[in-house]
Amino acid sequence: MKRHFGILNVGLGTALLIVMMASLMAGRTWIPFAEWLSGDLRSMIVLELRLPRACIGALVGAALGISGAAMQGYLRNPLADPGLFGISSSAALGAVTSLYFGYAVSAFLLPVFALIGAGLGMTALAMLSGRSGSLILFTLAGIILSSLTGSLTSLLISLAPTPFAASEIVTWLMGALMDRSWDDVKLALPLMAIGIVLLLAAGRNLDALTLGESTARSLGVNMTRLQWFIVAGVGLCVGTSVAVAGIIGFVGLVVPHLVRPLVGHQPSALMVPSALAGALLVVLADCFVRILPSASELRLGIAMAVLGAPFFMFLLFKMRREIA
Amino acid sequence: MDIRFNALSLNLRGRPVLQNISGHLQKGKVTVILGANGAGKSTLLSCLASLRTADSGTVMLGDQRLSSIPAPIRARRIGLLPQQADIHWEINVRALVALGRLPHQGQWRKWGGESADDTAAIAKAMAQTDCAQFADRKALRLSGGEQARVLLARVLAGEPDWVLADEPLANLDPAHQMDAIACLKDVAQSGAGVVLVLHDLTQAARIADHVIIMKQGRIQSAGSCEEVLTHDQLAQAFGVSVHIGKDSTGAPIITPVSRAEIASAA
Repeated sequence: MKRHFGILNVGLGTALLIVMMASLMAGRTWIPFAEWLSGDLRSMIVLELRLPRACIGALVGAALGISGAAMQGYLRNPLADPGLFGISSSAALGAVTSLYFGYAVSAFLLPVFALIGAGLGMTALAMLSGRSGSLILFTLAGIILSSLTGSLTSLLISLAPTPFAASEIVTWLMGALMDRSWDDVKLALPLMAIGIVLLLAAGRNLDALTLGESTARSLGVNMTRLQWFIVAGVGLCVGTSVAVAGIIGFVGLVVPHLVRPLVGHQPSALMVPSALAGALLVVLADCFVRILPSASELRLGIAMAVLGAPFFMFLLFKMRREIA
Repeated sequence: MDIRFNALSLNLRGRPVLQNISGHLQKGKVTVILGANGAGKSTLLSCLASLRTADSGTVMLGDQRLSSIPAPIRARRIGLLPQQADIHWEINVRALVALGRLPHQGQWRKWGGESADDTAAIAKAMAQTDCAQFADRKALRLSGGEQARVLLARVLAGEPDWVLADEPLANLDPAHQMDAIACLKDVAQSGAGVVLVLHDLTQAARIADHVIIMKQGRIQSAGSCEEVLTHDQLAQAFGVSVHIGKDSTGAPIITPVSRAEIASAA
């Protein structure tokens, strides 16, 4: 069993590396491996545009994948999504605020605003759900937060000072990886690393939750502490990914769902492969939106959402067969 | 280390669930808690497992207050089998039983694999509860009785000093009820304390070294089977008249016969 998980992780890791290499070659101009370090314009494209973009894609995918695995384990619900708890919409509200006021002219301000939004969202979530560690209170707090921040975002769009600002906001909300730089990687990497470590630390406690809240508590799990780990871990991962790439749905929901049967359904065993598979999916999808022949590049968030519907259709038919 | 609880009181939504109850549970013995629905048995058990904190009163484990013992250490000493079987993911039986080792492992240990002690304890618990044969099956696909055995194995795998179980026999067929009783008796004989909430009076009479009868949040009576499992006590606790007899081997049989009109008069 253990070896089997090892093989899965190594396999996913290798696939991720291959896809990242391919993503350095793919795009409007095809740049073969031999020219990556040639020192001319093409190597600039690879090293300063495509490489940071691939890294951001992998980071965002990994963060969303592991957050989804943690959320589903925490709520014991295979359809839970890291976006449910309002942290991604709080981060989006922060980013939209910066666009609304036109602060986004300075490239660094938008992600900073998004992170502030995510931080405020995490604080609100923790304060609303209190110290009880209760899952129902937590879910309710998340719903309150996501509907409030979602409506405020819509308000900002409707009040946008110029049509240009409104369209900028709407486009940004769709999520994309274009024009990312090493600065974005430097911003995202440490925050996401902390988030991922927090979630990994919660893994065994999520295993205990498989047997329900009372059994988990009788096994020594501190539910309040676990909630802090989840809020902080998911908050850092999802908040940072919104800050650098906008809202990219579907990854956190579908990746753990697909990987789960391969790891024997155990929440802790699901985390690392979900991170790897999430990274793989986002980098792969980003390759596709880049090579698709269209006037302007398809937004990654839209591409993911388009993938989502058939996936759920498949799930629905599978479940219908099982029920029948 | 014995468990002593002293003057426990607890109100839930304004309703008194435990009313100033005290008692002493001995290690190496099987204690059975009996009582009608809503008498406070499960609540008492969850106070003893530190899942609930009483409004007043104390629970002592040896000479330490239970509430002052850090959760991971408490979890190593007290294993709880809740009434409701909650299994949320399709994990296999071996992995489920291994969760019982969690208090011995800490947050990161599992990533380095099981220790030899973990492996031995898991194998032993699965053998004790006769579930080694479905180690690789999905726990959710088992029958209710098989699940009950697996969940008991999970508690035993933690090798706790105390096993608290809420209706551990509820879903078992007669043969596995007898196995489970024998297994819990073995656990007590090996020195651990066993506290069971039961509804079956005959099973209670056969397994218990010590019986506590609860009624409306109070302890109606406590003592040995002979002292407590009497017509009057059972009539008062459950409102039924019972037939108390012995089978051919001399083991007790207690059968409820009819509703007892005398209950309030007794």
